[in-house]
Amino acid sequence: MNLTLKVWRQNGENDKGRIVEYKMSDISPDMSFLEMMDVLNEQLIEKGDNPVAFDHDCREGICGSCSMYINGEPHGPENLITTCQLHMRSFKDGDTIYIEPWRASAFPVVKDLVVDRSAFDAIIQAGGYVSVNTSGNTQDANAIPINKTDADAAFDAATCIGCGACVATCKNSSAMLFTAAKVSHLAHLPQGQVEAKERAINMVNKMDELGFGNCTNTGDCEIQCPKGISLDNIALMNRDFLGASLKSEK
Amino acid sequence: MTKLVDNIPEGPLVDKWTKYKADAKLVNPANRRNIDVIVVGTGLAGGAAAASLGEMGFNVKSFCFQDSPRRAHSIAAQGGINAAKNYQNDGDSTYRLFYDTIKGGDYRSREANVYRLAEVSTNIIDQCVAQGVPFAREYGGLLDNRSFGGVQVQRTFYAKGQTGQQLLIGAYQALSRQISKGTVTMYNRHEMMDVVVIDGKARGIIARNLITGKIERHSAHAVVLASGGYGNVFFLSTNAMGSNCTAAWKSYKKGAYFANPCFVQIHPTCIPVTGDHQSKLTLMSESLRNDGRIWVPKKKEDAEAIARGEKTGLDIAEEDRDYYLERRYPAFGNLVPRDVASRAAKERCDAGYGVNKTGQAVFLDFSDAINRLGKDAVEARYGNLFQMYEKITDENPYEMPMKIYPAIHYTMGGIWVDYNLQTTIPGLFATGEANFSDHGANRLGASALMQGLADGYFVAPYTVSNYLADDIRTGKISTDHPEFEKAEKTVDDKLDYFINNNGSKSVDYFHRKLGKIIWENCGMARNKEDLEKAIKEVDSLRDEFWKEVKVPGTKDGLNQELEKAGRVADFIELGALMCYDALSREESCGGHFREEYQTPEGEAVRNDKEFAFVSAWEFKGEKKVPELHKEDLKYENIELKQRSYK
Repeated sequence: MNLTLKVWRQNGENDKGRIVEYKMSDISPDMSFLEMMDVLNEQLIEKGDNPVAFDHDCREGICGSCSMYINGEPHGPENLITTCQLHMRSFKDGDTIYIEPWRASAFPVVKDLVVDRSAFDAIIQAGGYVSVNTSGNTQDANAIPINKTDADAAFDAATCIGCGACVATCKNSSAMLFTAAKVSHLAHLPQGQVEAKERAINMVNKMDELGFGNCTNTGDCEIQCPKGISLDNIALMNRDFLGASLKSEK
Repeated sequence: MTKLVDNIPEGPLVDKWTKYKADAKLVNPANRRNIDVIVVGTGLAGGAAAASLGEMGFNVKSFCFQDSPRRAHSIAAQGGINAAKNYQNDGDSTYRLFYDTIKGGDYRSREANVYRLAEVSTNIIDQCVAQGVPFAREYGGLLDNRSFGGVQVQRTFYAKGQTGQQLLIGAYQALSRQISKGTVTMYNRHEMMDVVVIDGKARGIIARNLITGKIERHSAHAVVLASGGYGNVFFLSTNAMGSNCTAAWKSYKKGAYFANPCFVQIHPTCIPVTGDHQSKLTLMSESLRNDGRIWVPKKKEDAEAIARGEKTGLDIAEEDRDYYLERRYPAFGNLVPRDVASRAAKERCDAGYGVNKTGQAVFLDFSDAINRLGKDAVEARYGNLFQMYEKITDENPYEMPMKIYPAIHYTMGGIWVDYNLQTTIPGLFATGEANFSDHGANRLGASALMQGLADGYFVAPYTVSNYLADDIRTGKISTDHPEFEKAEKTVDDKLDYFINNNGSKSVDYFHRKLGKIIWENCGMARNKEDLEKAIKEVDSLRDEFWKEVKVPGTKDGLNQELEKAGRVADFIELGALMCYDALSREESCGGHFREEYQTPEGEAVRNDKEFAFVSAWEFKGEKKVPELHKEDLKYENIELKQRSYK
């Protein structure tokens, strides 16, 4: 396949950044998208140019590192996959492909396609855990039976990989789906129930403080989420958040 | 010369850990605040250790090269985690888990360490459930178990095919809690470049901030390595692209012994290589072998026609198929252990029966299972794996037999540690996959997650604390010490060298070449002649690397090629050490198969009389032959037996 790439190049946070065009030839449809980027980088290195910086690690769709905005969609044209799981057979010979970083004020660009997502860590640090020590002297794992429906719902919310596609696709750059996934994961389990309301309020406040936008229920995040995290989680979080807000006003 | 002292407590096996904990020295809570601990890596072992040590009140600094501690490669583990809970009432016990692990490791691991692992395994499950890890449950609300890796009990806890992810997020959340409390300071996107040893003790590290490029000095009273394995020596592996051996290798060069480097695990069910562009390999859970049948064509011309794309697996008549595992191992068939299944696939492909264009693939066929159980039942068991396979290969495994080939995915070898998980450098500890201690020559399925969390949550907190009890009067370690200065300069000089070298070839060019040498000569089957040749080839590759490597850009700021260059330099040296180790071990055991030591039927021949020891290698200087030290393995509770799967 022959392709034209239009890639965002930005040398550091303070650089203005620009789209640079690269012609690619002899690309195999069996290649993954990131392997195609590897080929581009090999060619740039050979010419003595700087390769395109991008985040990637496991290359099997689970670590959440990769984060490319491809032809106007986070993780590209296919649904329910990450960039590293996208293959070149999803494109046609002669295609022009635009590749950009996530865009959100809470995710500043570090270089080229690399952004700083540490704001997500800060949201988890605000309460996305169960306050239990790691002594191992907890009660037996089977002491509290958990209804399978709840356990499965907790699991579904917990599959979030923290990639940031939800923020990148949202017109408000809201982190509601990410935050709600964690709130909902823990709220579905008895171990997480004790702190559920405080957790919701602390995490939502932190999210606002970090510069993420509000949620206007557009639902793009759910469509673009590579793990299919449901909007229902946002409804559940709003319930806990509202409950906690009313309580704290008393 | 450092002497190998295992520091195993006296007394009966079952009492050793209890006795150790009872005798361990404690640090007064008021003193803990003044003691610094560095933890390198945030996978299961590192994340859990940093969270636990922080919780105890030590002043912890945690480092990871990724953009967040949640991304460490533990996240990719699929299958599950073992624990001797005996919830299924099928006769499981601490002793049985201990026994299975020693036997599965082909009798090359240390009894006391493995027993402790089995002993704390049950606490791991309790801990994780308390943290909100969403394990799979039965309709009655209790935890579900599956069987795994050919053992006779159901002791594997799981969360669909994402067990590693859920356990890691659990550890990450515990770590996040400590970060918010201020007991742990997190250094994302920082790579450990060297360990600093002062007066014989590990007292800190040199790290590079990967965003600014700045070289930083970090001091501590103890350093815990949790930096993972070295599977990426092979270039193509199931490890993440960033997984590297630099922290371990730099420690080796500062005096920590490296144990059993030739013990690597090759997983039989991975998606085959499709071409030169390939950057990594994807593993599929070995549970597929429960219902899939493995075969290649009986006739070479059929295999060749398939390779050319003129035929597919469906065109081969039943009588022309060679179900070689069922033929060779009628008792275990397709369920032989990982090492045996991998070698058998290689043997058929080397003989010219491979079934894709590279000649390195065998079929894993579900047509019998679909006929027997129905498509729905197969989908219920393996649906997500089939989907993953189809995404990558664009072939529908319900209709067309899958193609698989073995790939490297775990390294049993690692930094040598004693019972305290302390290396031969006092104050330097190694945990998880980075150490060698628990899996011998072969790791059982669902045991890597168990070891990572056992080391991180329950072992290191006691042993590190015990060590630090002698440091309460030491005071802050100054980073102005000449050893810091020296280490920083060495690191900086090397970065300058890469940037200014102006060679002609990219880092990946050398990494690919290294991978090929090691895969062909120190992979699934090894022999003296090939290993001796490989040592020479790696040596000349190393010379060529330093002469010709080309790293664009500068050392100031994010430079991913510069990061890779440092890692590949270390992989090359470790590749040579693997060959030395494989050469010296004149027996076949676990993942290490020496062609000279096999039965006429091609089965491994272990030599307990001469080789029941841990090989611990000492660095003797650049380009010098490393020195081998032996730690004899004493089996007081288990009788050594030959494995047989016929």
